[in-house]
Amino acid sequence: MAQISCRNLSCGYDNRAVIKDLSFTVNGGDYLVIMGENGAGKSTLVKTLLGLLKPIEGEAVFGDGLKKSEIGYLSQQTAVQRDFPASVGEVVLSGCLPRLGRRPFFGKAEKALMKKNLETMGLSGFEKRSYRFLSGGQQQRVLLARALCATDKILLLDEPVSGLDPNATEEMYALIERLNQNGTTIIMISHDITESLKYATHILRIGKEYFFGTKAEYLSAAHKAAYSNDGGKTNG
Amino acid sequence: MAEFFQKFAEYFSLPMTYRALIVGVLIALCSSLFGVTLVLKRFSFIGDGLSHVAFGSMTVAAVVGLTDQMLLALPITVLCAVLLLKSGAKAKIKGDAAVAMLSVGALAIGYMLIFLFPPSSNFSADVCSTLFGSFSILTLTGTDVFLCVALSVICVLTFIIFYNRIFAITFDENFARATGTKADAYNLITAVIIAVVIVLAMKLVGSLLISALIVFPALSAMRVCKTFKSVTILATVISVSCAMLGIIVAIMAGTPVGPTIVVADLIVFSACVIIGAASGRKRV
Repeated sequence: MAQISCRNLSCGYDNRAVIKDLSFTVNGGDYLVIMGENGAGKSTLVKTLLGLLKPIEGEAVFGDGLKKSEIGYLSQQTAVQRDFPASVGEVVLSGCLPRLGRRPFFGKAEKALMKKNLETMGLSGFEKRSYRFLSGGQQQRVLLARALCATDKILLLDEPVSGLDPNATEEMYALIERLNQNGTTIIMISHDITESLKYATHILRIGKEYFFGTKAEYLSAAHKAAYSNDGGKTNG
Repeated sequence: MAEFFQKFAEYFSLPMTYRALIVGVLIALCSSLFGVTLVLKRFSFIGDGLSHVAFGSMTVAAVVGLTDQMLLALPITVLCAVLLLKSGAKAKIKGDAAVAMLSVGALAIGYMLIFLFPPSSNFSADVCSTLFGSFSILTLTGTDVFLCVALSVICVLTFIIFYNRIFAITFDENFARATGTKADAYNLITAVIIAVVIVLAMKLVGSLLISALIVFPALSAMRVCKTFKSVTILATVISVSCAMLGIIVAIMAGTPVGPTIVVADLIVFSACVIIGAASGRKRV
């Protein structure tokens, strides 16, 4: 069974649907890139998948042993976070919160997990460093380590490379690819079509032109569109 | 000098003085603990709004003739805190505008009531003491102190037990929600505690200056410290020492208690800004 299957999902705010009748599935190990122009409802879809928004119609069903709270999330950074007085260790540990259950404090297991995930992100020895004095790329990697503490089953990344310089961007894509190769399902919102196509296994396009399928299907559809009479110009 | 110490010893052998100190320290402690979260969540103004609501409800209680004004002020302020925090997320009127409306509205109604139905002959002194804190901090009864100790213990324990949750929600509420933390419940707890602290603090610094107790220690600590834990600890240390110093100076020099504490906080804040700027230059 798929990890996430959306059937005729409509979502939006105050009962006004931004996205209508959306269906797609995500299987374990997939690398799904979600594209769409500004205002197409990418963030709304993310919030609905995370359970922060209730779907207006239809449903998002979680299967394959995945619980709703087991989606790791890398959000776009807010101004509050950028100069938040916290150490890297504190931020990453906060991702272990779901593992606490009713316990109030973190124990050795959580701290070990924090160190392990910092290492995965190439940030060993950073735990005492101040989060707000890190570079943008390092901050993103810290947040990714936090998401990994919450779960290593599936990660939802909302524009993970926005605002990063080319080097940091490359690094970020490489890290995400490595996580995917180790079996973590990736759902990524992206603006950068060419870069995303390099790594994606599946493409979901929302907005005016809906598309859902594998990368090969997407490429051949785009190819056809480009060679049809005027479709290429208006849709390309 | 000997005279000074003699006076000091004389004052501090009186129960009213150490009662004031106990209450002052506890209020300073609680307000600074939750102040860190409020400042970081950009909710500092809520403290201000709620304090005006507390003022309004206090005057209503006085006009109605309740002997213990807290009985009315506490539930009303808690209710407003819950409403404000709820509306912060999704409201037709934006959060900050809602606070501004509530804040001046409560202030106007409070003053109007106390003007129309003056509860005592000394009307201007009444208003002044509710706004800027009264010397009633020195007339605290044993019950007042007991109530304050009990509520403070609850505040501090809540903060310690939920420390990790509070951190997660303050840093990134969406992430916390998405991974299954009940952010609404913790926001509600925070709102209720802030309201309780504010009503308690009315006696100490008065409704106009309460925000200072909540905001200054947190801002000062954030200038100097780098981790959330150290910010929280330093904020409480700053807040408690400023409150003690303020009360002692106020008693010895005969200045009003609330403003003296706030001035002490202000001086510490300036010092922290300078220290922060100096150490910032060394940072690589």
